[in-house]
This record gives sequence, structure tokens and C-alpha cells, in this order.
Amino acid sequence: MTPRVVFPNRVLPYLLVAPQLAITLVFFYWPAAQALYQSMLKEDPFGLKSKFVWFDNFKKVLADPNYLHSIKVTVVFSVATAAVAMIAALLLAVMAEKVVRSKGLYRTLLIWPYAVAPAIAGMLFLFLFNPSIGSLAILLRKMGIAWDPVLNGTDAMILLVAAASWKQISYNFLFFVAGLQAIPKTLIEAAAIDGAKEVKRFWTIVFPLLAPTTFFLLVINTTYAFFDTFGIVHAVTGGGPGKATETLVYKVYNDGFVNLILGSSAAQSVILMIIVIALTAIQFRYVERKVHYG
Amino acid sequence: MAEPKAPGSGHDKLMIGQSAASIYVAHAILILGLVIVAFPIYYTFVASTQTLQTILRPPLPLVPGGEFWNNYAEALFGGAGRLGGVGAGTLLLNTTVMALGIAVGKIMISILSAYAIVFFRFPFRMAIFWLIFITLMLPVEVRILPTYKVMVDLGLIDTYAGLIIPLIASATATLLFRQFFMTIPGELVEAARVDGAGPWRFFFDILLPLSRTNIAALFVILFIYGWTQYLWPLLVTNRNDMTTIVIALKKMVSFADADTQWHLVMVTAILAIVPPILVVVLMQRWFVRGLVDTEK
Repeated sequence: MTPRVVFPNRVLPYLLVAPQLAITLVFFYWPAAQALYQSMLKEDPFGLKSKFVWFDNFKKVLADPNYLHSIKVTVVFSVATAAVAMIAALLLAVMAEKVVRSKGLYRTLLIWPYAVAPAIAGMLFLFLFNPSIGSLAILLRKMGIAWDPVLNGTDAMILLVAAASWKQISYNFLFFVAGLQAIPKTLIEAAAIDGAKEVKRFWTIVFPLLAPTTFFLLVINTTYAFFDTFGIVHAVTGGGPGKATETLVYKVYNDGFVNLILGSSAAQSVILMIIVIALTAIQFRYVERKVHYG
Repeated sequence: MAEPKAPGSGHDKLMIGQSAASIYVAHAILILGLVIVAFPIYYTFVASTQTLQTILRPPLPLVPGGEFWNNYAEALFGGAGRLGGVGAGTLLLNTTVMALGIAVGKIMISILSAYAIVFFRFPFRMAIFWLIFITLMLPVEVRILPTYKVMVDLGLIDTYAGLIIPLIASATATLLFRQFFMTIPGELVEAARVDGAGPWRFFFDILLPLSRTNIAALFVILFIYGWTQYLWPLLVTNRNDMTTIVIALKKMVSFADADTQWHLVMVTAILAIVPPILVVVLMQRWFVRGLVDTEK
């Protein structure tokens, strides 16, 4: 980077960053520090006294079968959501790259779900698939499929994955289209002249060249499934039936905000923080190769 | 192989090695995809034009019913008591204020801090940059309770300020503007200074006009981000007349409750979905660019 031409003011730059910095300190760093501090406190049942207990809360959380179960739920949910949303979007993007006619129309309609709040996506699916008045639930039952997301944990999970991946298809589609457009057409034509059939061309040329996009989307989709889907879980299942759909973020909210188990909730927050840091680090290691933040 | 047609004739042009049949398959798969993507929204619209009795006796017809005006008028103007005494109009207003506030606020404070970081040299410049960057790793979800306590202490529960201000700090927007500003040649700054332009003059007359497309792109993404918030409004609003349409919808829905006014729920769902879809579709060009640029 060449040395920049800059303005010589001494005070102005501080005034310019002041609003951002103030909000960051008050609403991000202060609460995050509090969460760290609380995660090492143990309060008596009446909330009158608290004792510094180092990592006891973490030990307890990580030994709690409910927490381990919640980890498993989150992993299943995230892997399924990322897989469904990415495979569907890739298929649609590859098809959209092939056609010329109506291409704009397809794209315009496929980006709609991006604008739908995750919680609303969940409620739309619940409306279609709930056992009492859901039109598609009735269709499933007529086909002889025992379907009850209200009582059956697996069905509830399927419903959440369907809603969460439906919402994410738009995003993945746009990135896959951008990735596909970056692949030189001459490369694919050369393979075609050499006699490679369409399916073979996809797996030997297109898919490997899409790897950076795919990897980037994998990280983004995992982050989405971990954090942004709180609304879907809260609005559709409330973590139930039983604890079949209690994801980590839902559990932090439920333990801290509803059940008021402060130490444990704070420790869970800190564990989540570590997960976000890991995901962000992976994302930026990759992004740095493409964009320069220097 | 079919004869390749001239580009721009409105027909699908075949590339080398493509068969006409494979184009038909592509269209078929795309149409199937469209049906899956559009069906939940379309069916919700259909439900919003039916009577409560029709909805309670599924399966629902596939075409809209005749209750459009009745249902929408009742949800918007007459639905007292249905959403805890709050009409859909108030909810739409709250959500619009929140989404606009977040989009405009985020763009303003991000462009200012990026301006400071790129065009000035001052002690702790990089430290401040990193402080902003690290907020990427502190989403609301990982600091729920302490942030709630800050909101209570500052008296921000059930206020627009509480809905907006804590969400406008943004590492992503700051990074985007910083990256864009760094592509602006130093000669431009030099020329402006030679001509006697101060930092404000340069900012308003040169930098802001150059950033127009970036701002438009970011606006769409941030508007959607603000509109679709869930956990935050859930935490900081207790009063029904201060909440957003998404949260109100969740409060209205009860599958166990026989009294749920499904036709009004469906109208509210459509009202919650349509404004952000319009923004995305009408500003599609900027939106797609912005999404791929910010990778957000």
C-alpha cells in the first residue's frame, strides 16, 4: 500500500469515530465483559450473594446431559440445514446458468425468501404442516405418512430444517450464480469439444472451480444455522417436543431469560462466543485471499 | 444438435455440447424450484383472503377467496383486541421505523468511522479499527442477559431508541466503506486540498457522491436485516404497541388455542412479508451487488 494522502486534523478523526466507538463499548464490550465475569460467579438461590468459582460453571455445563444433548441437536440441525439449502441452491444456480429465456424472472422470484424473517418462514411452514389445520399435513396423512411435528421430535426437526433451508436458498443461489459466472466459458467449451458430457463437465471442471464459493457458503450457512435461526425455533417449536429441538442459542435464552439460571447461562454464552470467534476466524482466513483488507 | 440461435432473439442459446432436451430439463427444475420457493408465500396469501371457517376446514382451496377487503380492513383498521388491542398499522409503523433507523444509522456511523480510519492519521487508529472489527464476534446471542441489563439501566426498554441504537454498530459496513475508500486515489485528496477543500467539504462533495452505489446496496441489506430482527425486539419490548410485526405475529399464533383468528394472522403475515420483498425486488440490482460485495 502506498502512503496515503491524509488530512492533518488532530481532533476531528476522534469525533468521527466517537459514535461508533461509544455504541460498541456500551452495548458490545461492557455486556460481553459482564458475561465473562458472570460465567465465573455462583449465586445463591435468592440472588443475594455471589461467589467467584473460576471454571465451575463451565465444568457443570459441559457435564450436563441436557447441554450435551443440545450440542447434538444443534449439530444435526446445522448440518442438515446447510446441506439442504446449499444442494438445492447449487442445483438451481447451475440450471439458471444454462437457460437464457426468463433468467431474470427466475432470479427475481428466487430471491423472495431472503426478505422473509426466519421466524415468519417458520410460521408459514407451521401453518402448512401443523397436524390440526395444515393443508399439506393432511396430504401427508392421506399418503399414509404418520406426521406430527407437535408430538414427534424427529418430525419437528424436519419442519425446522425445511423452514430454515427454504429461507437460506436465495442467499446461496445468488452466490453460486456469481461463482458460476466467474468460471471462464472457454474452459467448459474446450471440455465439451474433447467429448466430456454435461455431468462429467460439472464434476471435473465446474464443481472444483466453485470450491471457494462452496467453502465460503458452508461457513456462512453454519453461522446462520447456529445463530440466526433462534426466531424459527422460538416461533415454531419452543425447543420442543421435550427438548428435541433445543438448540444452543435457544438454551442460552431459555436458561438465562426464562429460567434465570444466571451462572450457567453466562457460561453457555461464553462457549457460544468461542464458537463465533472460531467461525469468524475461518471465514476471514478465506476472505483474505480474495479481498484485501490491508 | 439444434441450430444455435442468434443471441438476443429471446430464445435459449445453446452452448457447444448442450442439447435442447437438457434446456427443457433445466426449465423444469427451475419451475419446480420456483413452486417450492413461492408456494408457502402464495398459500399464505390465499389463506388471507378466506373466512376463518374455510381455514379451519382444510385442505384450503388453491385460489384466493372473496374476503380480501374484509380481512385486510379488519386487520389494519378494525382489529381491536386481536393483537392485544394493537392494529397492524401501528406494528407496521414500528417495524418501518426500526428498519429505517437501523439502515440509516448504521450507514451513517460506519461511513464516518471508515472516513476517519482511511483519511486521517491519529494515535490508536489501528486499535480503534480492531475494536470495531472484533464486534463481528459478539452477536446479541452471546451476550443476551448483560445487554438486557444495560437496556434496563439506561431506560431503553419499550423505546424506538432501544430498538435501534444498540444494533447500529457495524463492523461489516465499516469494513465495506474502508475497503472502498482505499481504492480512491490519493491524487483526488491532494487535488481537493490544493483547491482549498477541508475534510468536510471533501467528504460531502467528493466522497459521498462516489459512495452512492455502495450506500444503496448496503441500504437494502440493512433494511432487511432490521425488518427481520427477532431476538432483539423480543428482549427490549414488553408493550404490544411498541413491538414489531414479526414478534406480534408470533404472539398471535397459537395452535392449541381454538380462538386464534387465523384469517387475521394470515393478513398480518402477508403485511409482514410484502414490504421487505418489495424493497429487495425493486432494488434488486443494488441488492445483488451489495450482497456479493459485503458477503453478508
